[in-house]
Amino acid sequence: MTLDVDVRAQVGEFRLDARFTLPSGLTVLFGPSGAGKTRLLRLLAGLDTPLEGRIAVEGVPFCDTATRTHLPPHRRGIGMVFQHPYLLPHRSVLANVALASGHDGRAARRARAHELLVSVEADAFADRRPHQLSGGQRQRVALARALAGDPRLLLLDEPFNALDVRVRRQLRHLVRDQVARTGVPTLFVTHDPDEVADLADQVLLADRGTITTITAVDTALRPLDE
Amino acid sequence: MDWFPLLLSLRVAALATLITTVVGVVGAYALARSRFPGKGLVEAVASMPIVLPPTVLGYYLLVSIGRNSPIGRAWEAVFGQQLVFTWQAAVLAAAVASLPYCLRTATAAIAAVDAGYEEAARVAGLHGPRLALTVILPLAGRGIVAGISLAFARALGDFGTTIMVAGNIPGRTQTMPVAVYDRVQAFDYATAGTLAAVLAGVAVVVLLGVRRLERSAL
Repeated sequence: MTLDVDVRAQVGEFRLDARFTLPSGLTVLFGPSGAGKTRLLRLLAGLDTPLEGRIAVEGVPFCDTATRTHLPPHRRGIGMVFQHPYLLPHRSVLANVALASGHDGRAARRARAHELLVSVEADAFADRRPHQLSGGQRQRVALARALAGDPRLLLLDEPFNALDVRVRRQLRHLVRDQVARTGVPTLFVTHDPDEVADLADQVLLADRGTITTITAVDTALRPLDE
Repeated sequence: MDWFPLLLSLRVAALATLITTVVGVVGAYALARSRFPGKGLVEAVASMPIVLPPTVLGYYLLVSIGRNSPIGRAWEAVFGQQLVFTWQAAVLAAAVASLPYCLRTATAAIAAVDAGYEEAARVAGLHGPRLALTVILPLAGRGIVAGISLAFARALGDFGTTIMVAGNIPGRTQTMPVAVYDRVQAFDYATAGTLAAVLAGVAVVVLLGVRRLERSAL
């Protein structure tokens, strides 16, 4: 899968300029708060529209301002984990994951959801409601939901920010395992150098609205060591 | 004791609430989730039954569904009888009078749903009616139920609009509030007091239910 991004966006005074081709594997989008990381993910997911430019997967445009193309979020085949899990409080954990499955039939969707809950080690609380889970457990479920539609691109927007260090480490390993298992190209947003070191195959740098440079992990972290 | 007014009132209020629920929730969803020209005007017109005197609302309704109106003629062509001064007209009166209570409460509840839930669901593949039915409406559920309860209470207690379009025909269109008025006019205070107490009891039960829903939403 190749994701080609060449977009400009403007929100108030903030201007985003993103130009890159996403490599396979796990790419960490790294940069300080306010650098445009979340803004870029919202453009990729179709939740926002760029001022100008094009986002294409395998040459097929998600959006293209030149041809006025804008594929809505539900047709992009993207899995996304947000900072807040946004699990539906009136549904069980299993039902939350099953809702996102593209499989036909209730039984098939629930079977797929159960399979994913096993893979993120969350099957033990499949019948519980989200408010009965810890923050880490909820993000495990959110990760399972993001994978339920067999996405062609996985986006994670600082998903472990609110969690303690031990749980963050566990979940980072879980993300690595899932990306290796599914082979889905992944963009993981963080401003935490530990997450870069732990997760990244390569790093996409965000700096004051400019997101154009893909670099190796060592190169990305070197300025922080100096 | 003639129980017809109570049974008619319950039937009228139930059917009016059914109409109010469908129109009110669909309308609330459209008002809370979309932008269109004249949205403010639509909101203002839909809220008019709250501020208009019930007799004025009843007058406009009477003109709209009378025998010479397009609606009145169409009704008569289909059902073979006029719409005004029937219990069906009472249902319409109660529905129109109670609609804004459901509409406004449901609109506020739907607008208050955290947009993040909708965005997460849309990225996960949900859209259209499935998104509304599985995500937005359940999250706004308590507010919507509170609005429906208020609309039911308003429909059950409507007097002015009902008497204008359905009249006061014992055994046919005489609802509870109209019967209370009728009994007082006849100096039958004992029956009027009983009917009033039943209506007040229903109102208290509904308000307690709404209060409980609001508290559980906090």
